[in-house]
Amino acid sequence: MADKGASLSVAKPSTMEIRGPDGVRMELVVNGVSRVLHLEPRVSLLDALREHMALTGTKKGCDQGTCGACTVWVDGRRVLACLTLAITCEGRDVTTIEGLTEGDELHPMQRAFLEHDALQCGYCTPGQIMSAVALLNEGHAETDREIAEWMSGNICRCAAYPHIRSAIREVRDRKTGQ
Amino acid sequence: MTTGSTLEAVGRPLDRVDGAAKVTGSGRYAAEFTPPGTAYAALVGARTASGRIIGINTGAAEDADGVLAVLTHRNLPKVAAPPHLLPSLAGHAAPGESFFPMQDEVVHYFGEPVAMVIADSYERAQFAARQVHVDYARDASVTTLDEGRDQAYEPEAIFAGFLPARSVRGDIKAGFAAAAQRLDATYHFAANHHHPIEPSATTAVWDGDRLTLYDATQGIVASQRTVAALLGIPPSKVRVRASFVGGGFGCKAMIWPHVTLAAMAARWVRRPVKLALTREQMATSCGHREEQEQRIELGATDDGRLTALRHHKLSLTSPFDEWAEPSLSIAAQAYACPHYEGVYRLIRGNTMTPTFTRGPGETTGMFALECTMDELAHRIGVDPVQLRLRNHAHADPNTGHPWSSDGAQECYQRGAARFDWQSRNPEPRSERDGNWLIGKGMATAGYPVFFPMQPQRARARLYADGSAVVQAGTQEFGTGAATAMTQVAADGLGVPLHQVRFEYGDTDLPNVAATVGSAGAGMISAAVHTAVTALRDQLIAQAVLDPASPLHGVDPAAVVVSQGRMELRDDSGTGETYRQLMERHFMTDMDALGSWSPPAPDVPYGLATFGAQFAEVAVDQDLGLVRVRRMVGVFAPGRVLNAKTARSQAMGGMLWGIGQALLEGAVTDTRDGRWANAGLGEYLLPVNADAPDVAIEFVEVPDPVVNPLGVKGLGEVGMVGAAAAIANAVFHATGYRARELPIRIEHLL
Amino acid sequence: MRAISYTRATDVPGAVAAVTNDPGSSFLAGGTTEVDLLRLDVLRPNRLVDINRLPLADIEDRADGGLVIGALARMSEVAQAPGVVERYPMLSQSLLLGASAQLRHMASMGGNLMQRVRCSYYRDPESACNKRVPGSGCSALEGVHRGHAILGTSEHCIATHPSDMAVALVALDAVVQVEGVKGTRTIPVDDFFLLPDDTPEREHPLTPGELITAIEVPPLPMARRSLYLKVRDRESYEFALASAAVALALEDGVIRGVRLALGGVATKPWRAHRAEETLLGQPADEDMFARAAAAELAPAVTRPMNAFKAELARRTVVRALRTAVALRGET
Repeated sequence: MADKGASLSVAKPSTMEIRGPDGVRMELVVNGVSRVLHLEPRVSLLDALREHMALTGTKKGCDQGTCGACTVWVDGRRVLACLTLAITCEGRDVTTIEGLTEGDELHPMQRAFLEHDALQCGYCTPGQIMSAVALLNEGHAETDREIAEWMSGNICRCAAYPHIRSAIREVRDRKTGQ
Repeated sequence: MTTGSTLEAVGRPLDRVDGAAKVTGSGRYAAEFTPPGTAYAALVGARTASGRIIGINTGAAEDADGVLAVLTHRNLPKVAAPPHLLPSLAGHAAPGESFFPMQDEVVHYFGEPVAMVIADSYERAQFAARQVHVDYARDASVTTLDEGRDQAYEPEAIFAGFLPARSVRGDIKAGFAAAAQRLDATYHFAANHHHPIEPSATTAVWDGDRLTLYDATQGIVASQRTVAALLGIPPSKVRVRASFVGGGFGCKAMIWPHVTLAAMAARWVRRPVKLALTREQMATSCGHREEQEQRIELGATDDGRLTALRHHKLSLTSPFDEWAEPSLSIAAQAYACPHYEGVYRLIRGNTMTPTFTRGPGETTGMFALECTMDELAHRIGVDPVQLRLRNHAHADPNTGHPWSSDGAQECYQRGAARFDWQSRNPEPRSERDGNWLIGKGMATAGYPVFFPMQPQRARARLYADGSAVVQAGTQEFGTGAATAMTQVAADGLGVPLHQVRFEYGDTDLPNVAATVGSAGAGMISAAVHTAVTALRDQLIAQAVLDPASPLHGVDPAAVVVSQGRMELRDDSGTGETYRQLMERHFMTDMDALGSWSPPAPDVPYGLATFGAQFAEVAVDQDLGLVRVRRMVGVFAPGRVLNAKTARSQAMGGMLWGIGQALLEGAVTDTRDGRWANAGLGEYLLPVNADAPDVAIEFVEVPDPVVNPLGVKGLGEVGMVGAAAAIANAVFHATGYRARELPIRIEHLL
Repeated sequence: MRAISYTRATDVPGAVAAVTNDPGSSFLAGGTTEVDLLRLDVLRPNRLVDINRLPLADIEDRADGGLVIGALARMSEVAQAPGVVERYPMLSQSLLLGASAQLRHMASMGGNLMQRVRCSYYRDPESACNKRVPGSGCSALEGVHRGHAILGTSEHCIATHPSDMAVALVALDAVVQVEGVKGTRTIPVDDFFLLPDDTPEREHPLTPGELITAIEVPPLPMARRSLYLKVRDRESYEFALASAAVALALEDGVIRGVRLALGGVATKPWRAHRAEETLLGQPADEDMFARAAAAELAPAVTRPMNAFKAELARRTVVRALRTAVALRGET
């Protein structure tokens, strides 16, 4: 790690371990819990969660970055788990919908989604909620228009969109004490 | 509602009973069961729309790491009986098409499964599926209307034989002869895909000769019957479970080959098998709304009274089935037009059999009619709402029978008021906001009331402590049924909501038909209501017969139940609780089975749900952009079981109208029959920024005919007319009359 | 997706050496294009060299008023960097109008420059595609091509370059810094994207193993009131059908400086040189805008499904220019 990349000295293969293609040991921290897994490097974070950690709250809608159902946070930022390889998350904090609740207590955004009926079939819902909480932290929820734009990466085929906006609005306003 | 209970829970905007599981992600969908040893199946789709497999090389796939089996037409067991398409509302086996793949070397449509790879991990199955090499002898194919026009024909019947291809009333020639105004317009509709966010998936688990399927289905019973029939095993050996289903919109209403293939794969490898379709396979595996063209010829008097309506549809179907979505029903019934002719014509193409897609048929049929009505209104200078009111059918124009319930006129009036329709300047291009032309349009919504063909059943159990479990073999895919049925059960039993649990999603429970065609809320509530009131009546009867009961000897019909207490309607002081009665008799619980038989199909009433749609659009005509600014929908769905979930369902339908009007068009590459935009990056669904706020009102009309609670359903009607209202608003904004859906940028430039 | 091995790069020379020495390997940055195409079996490396932890994510203000943006800065970070928002609004807007919030958190600037086309035939490994399999033919020519390019096309490829951000960078005369085993070099961004001609498989002038390390954006005072206009069917989360990045310098209503680039219509981010030449020294009025737009689109080659794009692009240019004038408070 000493080499900062400025010079073009000879590479140090010792720091460049080649892992895989067979299953490799990796340690992932998901919802604050460290888990050791043996996965091929090609396994996506999404499949690692769903097929290997029994964390099925993160949904697979398209597996190609076009629906947002697999939205999780990596190091606090909302990203798509389907386009993230699990192995790249070593040493990062992964948060899924299962990590949003504290004990039996729903997160305010989850409660607001329930109350505003911001869901129907529920399949896109975890992704919507992970996106919505991140959206408030990002500070892009001042107007309905802004909420709509910044939530457009999460497709809801049941089209609960107006209710999703009102749920987000309510949590925003409660946060800011309005 | 029959006597005996009061409505305390029904209608209330209760939060979804399954909502907590959905917002926490703890609800398990079909692909989320991973029993020990689970293997993964991946399908290989045909690369030609028509032809024969002349070579298939599975060696590379079989040699790939982790592969357990590669199945093709050469080694896949034959199905026990040829599948025969039957709409799943019938309650029988319901294959989506009269065809099962991988039975021989012939290929009928692009994407038809030609091989299935099973491996010990998802990644390995997907990779190995890419290593199957198939050679085809390709034949000429027909995959679009334009390619098959010269082969169009008029069948005897469509829709698995349930609907005649031709229907007439009056004398169409006389009707046109009497017309002072004639309009003739042809509308083209691109094919549509459903694309629920949960792709179809089945997890199949064998235990000896018994099979359990976790299936993403709108009809667990249909899944059970279909798989049992195709495998040639008794339905008693097949259990289908679906506690959570991630949307259906019609593509999970029929049972498509992948479900049975998953079971076959699991039997072959002797392990549980999970088969989830990829997003792009969703376009070729579970039906679609067919590409179609509809021609409307309308005759009217100068003041806009319809004298003749000719409505012809031409659409593409599969080689196996004479399927067309029924587009000519509500359009034939919405207005009091004496002379009518409706004809379906088909072209046999190289596609899979099309299927139900939200608002099946009526959403395209009413688009054609309602845009033409708008044109008539504009031509003769009559307000579009007035034109509808003027032509309102006070009875079913097909039969002369009264409507079982109507409410259409009130829908128009309330919608117009809520929308502030009267402030609209009828002149096109009369309103502007910066670069945007503003337009306002409206349309009639309507959808038939369908009945299942079999009795619908539910079971109710009351425990001595006053809590209850009510069960029906149905499934929840976002409609709100689980919540509404909890409410229906609570009121029917006369117990508080929190004492009732509704159990569903398992074929071991009493049978209910597939939830399709907006029939779900009506038929499930009927079964549940029948079960809980039977239970209630048993308990009342027991109390009346019991000398120790304060109700001994009273007229059972004079007893009502509220909060778990049976009491005289006119003297609430006389009575006792269920608990008191049951404890006195050392009863731990009591059960009742309810069986509701739907009305006969020839019931002497017109059966439909009506509504009115209003939309405001902004059109940037320089850039061809259309954005919907607001929508108002008023519907008369009979009784509303839950004001909150009903509102959501109607809203979803209306916003689907935006997709249909402006975004959703599946495009075929005619060279190989491949959908060129099968993924969600290219087949555009509305996103949050496309969806305006929506105002919804319900006109609650009592309906004593359709089912015990008078529920007519909402899943479809919310969509019908929405696209027409948008297109009519686009005309009002720009003067451009849409003849093709979706309306695209290039149409407006 | 084929089985792949994985290497986490810890320094730039190591990363460069690793990919240079292993022809079957690729860099992995945000992965938003690459993982998708791996899964589709369109890209088939046998090894990924993960560069995400290399120290290339800084966004530095240069003393001359320009910027140096690290190749691994994420689209979302760059879009909101004060220096970008204030000095290059077209760049910020082009980033924010691209993809979705989640994808913008993932996608890196270097990766954005390297993103692949969205042509449905390119994405389908069994369709003929000269970009994927040179010499196999172009399925789009006679196929479904509503979204395809009308400028810079060849008989071998008509795939549209999908980036929004790169359109702004082309307008801004940005420079791409790359590092290879032979050293560091810079490439003007307009030269960084190659026209398909008869080698559509070759999209960039990079040699195998060369790594984008940074993007330099030179100072451009008129860019402070620039804009990016994007036209698409859907309101959000869609690639452009036509787009324009514009910056204008006006003096008494006369155009003294102009930067104009188009997206969604060309096989590479399209610097509108013809339009710029038409406009320079001319009055900023509708007539001139229309003439400039017409000049730029004159060489357009359209096909049945994308014929509308020529008109749409003209109108997009005119609207963008008009809006740019309004932004300057001059009419």
